[in-house]
Amino acid sequence: MKPAPFEYHAPRSVEEAVAVLAEVGHDGKVLAGGQSLIPILNMRLASPGHLIDINHVTGLDDIEITSDSVRVGALVRHSGLERSDSTHAALPLLRQAVVNVAHPAIRNRGTTVGSIAHADAAGEMPAVLALCDGTVEVVGPHGIREVGWQHFFLGALETVLAPDELAVATRFNRMPPGTGTAFAESARRSGDYALAGVAVRVTVSDGVVSAAAASFVSVTDVPSVLDLTPALGGRELADAGFGSALDQAAEAVREHVAPETDIHASADYRRMLVAELTRRALPIAISRSNAAFVHESAVATVSSRTNAAFEGLGGGRR
Amino acid sequence: MSTRLFGAPIKRKEDPRLVTGGGRYLDDLGHGALAAAFVRSPHAHARVVDIDADDAFELDGVLGIYAHDDLPGKVGEPLPLLIPHPALTHGRTGYALARDEVNHVGEPVVMVVATDRYVAEDACQRIRVRYEPLPVVVGIETARDGAARVHSDVPGNVAAHLTQVVGDVDAALASAPHTLTLELDIERSASTPLEGRGVYARWDDERDELRMYSSTQTSTGVRAAVAAKLDLPLAKVECIAPDVGGGFGVKIMHPWPEEVLVPWAARRLGHPVKWTEDRREHFVAAAHERGQLHTVTVGFDDDGHLLGLDVKFWHDNGAYTPYGIIVPIITSTQLLGPYKPGAYRVKFWSLYTNTVLVTPYRGAGRPQGCFAMERTMDAIADRLGLDRAEVRARNFILPSEMPYDHGLLFQDGRPLRYDSGDFPATLSKLKALVGWDDFATERAAATAQGRKIGLGIGCYVEGTGVGPYEGSHVQVETSGRVNVSIGLTSQGQGHETVFAQIVADELGVRMEDVFVTTGDTRKMGYAVGTFASRAAVMSGSAVALAARQVRAKALRIAADALEVSADDLEIVDGTVQVKGAPSASMTLGTVSVLSNPLRYAFDEAAQAATQFAGTFDPDRPPVAAGDEPGLEGKDFYSPTQATFANGMHAAIVETDPVTAEIRILRYCVVHDCGPMINPLIVEGQVHGGVAQGVGGALYERMVYDESGQLLNASFMDFLMPYASEVPTIETDHLETPSPLNPLGIKGAGEAGCIPVSAVIASAIEDAEGFAITRMPISPSELWGLRRRYAAGEITPLRRASPRSEPADRAEEPTP
Repeated sequence: MKPAPFEYHAPRSVEEAVAVLAEVGHDGKVLAGGQSLIPILNMRLASPGHLIDINHVTGLDDIEITSDSVRVGALVRHSGLERSDSTHAALPLLRQAVVNVAHPAIRNRGTTVGSIAHADAAGEMPAVLALCDGTVEVVGPHGIREVGWQHFFLGALETVLAPDELAVATRFNRMPPGTGTAFAESARRSGDYALAGVAVRVTVSDGVVSAAAASFVSVTDVPSVLDLTPALGGRELADAGFGSALDQAAEAVREHVAPETDIHASADYRRMLVAELTRRALPIAISRSNAAFVHESAVATVSSRTNAAFEGLGGGRR
Repeated sequence: MSTRLFGAPIKRKEDPRLVTGGGRYLDDLGHGALAAAFVRSPHAHARVVDIDADDAFELDGVLGIYAHDDLPGKVGEPLPLLIPHPALTHGRTGYALARDEVNHVGEPVVMVVATDRYVAEDACQRIRVRYEPLPVVVGIETARDGAARVHSDVPGNVAAHLTQVVGDVDAALASAPHTLTLELDIERSASTPLEGRGVYARWDDERDELRMYSSTQTSTGVRAAVAAKLDLPLAKVECIAPDVGGGFGVKIMHPWPEEVLVPWAARRLGHPVKWTEDRREHFVAAAHERGQLHTVTVGFDDDGHLLGLDVKFWHDNGAYTPYGIIVPIITSTQLLGPYKPGAYRVKFWSLYTNTVLVTPYRGAGRPQGCFAMERTMDAIADRLGLDRAEVRARNFILPSEMPYDHGLLFQDGRPLRYDSGDFPATLSKLKALVGWDDFATERAAATAQGRKIGLGIGCYVEGTGVGPYEGSHVQVETSGRVNVSIGLTSQGQGHETVFAQIVADELGVRMEDVFVTTGDTRKMGYAVGTFASRAAVMSGSAVALAARQVRAKALRIAADALEVSADDLEIVDGTVQVKGAPSASMTLGTVSVLSNPLRYAFDEAAQAATQFAGTFDPDRPPVAAGDEPGLEGKDFYSPTQATFANGMHAAIVETDPVTAEIRILRYCVVHDCGPMINPLIVEGQVHGGVAQGVGGALYERMVYDESGQLLNASFMDFLMPYASEVPTIETDHLETPSPLNPLGIKGAGEAGCIPVSAVIASAIEDAEGFAITRMPISPSELWGLRRRYAAGEITPLRRASPRSEPADRAEEPTP
């Protein structure tokens, strides 16, 4: 399990990186955290002739928080995002989601932008980018461009990034006031790729849901946002019938997703699972929207994670 | 006498070294060695038509490329069939490199040796092998069907068929008030040690000798096999097992193709060669286990007593049978657990498939047998409306019935005769530990909260410490340091600790003065290996016997020197002293000096042993007739039969009412391995075993597609449980000594994993209300079963059905 020969480049600036990319074209691959790329190279599933290591490029490791957005540089590690309290205060969904990315050792090395550029349908952060109506900042030989999430993802493991372009940052838009978010996923083992996952946001004003949406992990081939306002909008939280609104939202999710069967779970199971996860995540999001809302769940949640000592160590439900 | 160390929960002596990076594993050795890599078959079944390596030879750094045609003499002959058996009528083994046919994905076809592993793998990629695909046999049903054959000369793909019978099963079933038939299946899993296999070999041209290192569970076995293959005198081959990062069975299989080829290449090239297995290779080119389909028909009376048990099962042995039919033999005998089966008939068919070969993996056929038997026990209890623990208790072999002979032959060809155990006591400890009698209340409380929980149980008996023998050499140096060597190997079990405990007690020395060496054929040439939970029983007994010899000799020499009777002496903390008068004493180091009469004094201590020291009787020779110089002893332990440990597990499991996610809330173990040398290590063994059992119950499977590709050949998709998936394990112990060995001990290495699939299935079934008959089970599969159950396609358990009727007589359907 050794990679095929490749030429190693260690540019010091974005311009230099882009110049190398332009020179090597399709034969080049960008190395950031390497948590997906290196195993692929070692298994010789890919044999690029050039590896462009951007870890020495300056100016890519900042998190910038403005009143509208959180901009995450291409060298910000998942763990950096996870630990940043100011980021959490600005956009809680980021931490809620990122702790579900694999295990701490992988989060210490893997980058959030890298995971978005990798565009794995099982990735958590592409779904988060979508729910935040985010953008990807791309630098190429002709300068900088900002690509909206809807246009960024073309398919599983496929994006609009050209061979001579580098994703230098992603911008996650902050939520309107009165919005609560939650992230839930279920994996076979803690930290594994999720069988299904969901990020939800709910905006509540005066005790009434004004907007709600969800995006998904592992059950759609590219990130997609489902507007749940038709199911939940205008519903009063105090209403005894709020549970049926949740059922409607779950039903909408069931119809929206297009999961596939693999060796770990059937498509039908994933469809049920993501609907149920949504059903359970929505009340959590609402409770975080500053609304005085206590949802009495009829069913306790069971995680496949078995050892109580590992609760709260990342992965699993948040 | 100082405090007894046997039985003390001493922290492991080797751990500071191992956990601080001081371990020396196979890949830590031989940095200057050439690297080997292999071109492995991408096809499950194909003829090898042509191999073109021209492009690969052009790479800088490639020193050798070898296919079967290049292998001389015995190296090119089929690998040995290690454990022949009369029922193994169609045993087949592969070649070190495939000759003209490949029989599973991953089978080695070409070996490349290069300056480093990168170049070697680059070369592999440039080698073009042309294959002509043949029909593929995957799965027991396909193999049993026999339409396609793995080996053209093996009809029906049947490698072996064996029947063992005790009593008249047909008559017992015909007259039984109740019968049940169950289909019970277990899927494939594997040992998957964290360190894969690995071989490093050096040829010494001047001495015409081979020194090899292998990450093995048997260095003596590898040494003999390699000497035979390379046509070398045994005296010219040394094999050392360095630190080994786990084995769990897969490394008792030998010689692996790589264990033959790497030494051969090292000799041919005149340069050390090393091969370190990577993870993908381990999945497709080592060994798997567990895949079996079982049909159990049982007859029983109104009280749940077994009257007759008729078991048929089909064992998937993979592409070859180098390790014989040990696994199905163990299933067929150990399935009986702690029970008296009434009349018993067991038949198995061991079948070839185009998959990785099957050799024992921790538990070795027992998890399957336990699953079959324990599912049957639960079904009987449900049929009769009886408590599941009570039905088991009614069928127990009682302490008063020990030794109990089942009338069958065990895996060592010797009678299946239980030597010890108190099953009722083990069960009552387990019921107390898990709160068996209070579970109804616990369940009612959970149900009121909308939660589903279930309680499961499983019992097993494990034959441990099989022969033929193990030995030990114990030597006291003049410094007082005690060197202990045993021939069997360690894969991290704590051998440096437990054997030191035994020696410290037997000899009267301090634990820190005892140094244990394992698995080095230079130190101990006669040994079998580490498997079958045998190290403590076999080597532990041998170590005790050898240490007793040393003690006797030390007392004799000291008695002479101190001019007292040996009976009046004791050894305390490494000093031989007169009982009650410790001022008359000498250290064991001094005794060691005296034991070896010297001509030359090389230090102060040695002076005492020289010829002018004036301490010797001039009328006696310096070394008496029949005596030997040196304070050392060597002895072997060879038992007439295995010793039988036992245990019982219970678990409380919760299943999510919507998502069918499965969570183990509690896991309880009561284990009886006789007196424990070190309870901390026994607990560790139990914990590790349960962890592997949880893997087999809920996570691990080998997913082959119909073309014979292993779809999950990585730790990303083969779901070995993390620590986060392993429950907290609650343990209790019973210590019924074995009458068979000097320490009364029984093995504990495999115990933890044996009943886990049975226990978890029992608990899920109890939570869900319908039978669980196939393991492992995932949430997706459980959810699928729920949908079939809701559609009326699966019969409810009687205890879960509000309309349950009293049991009818005979011929009742499978639950």
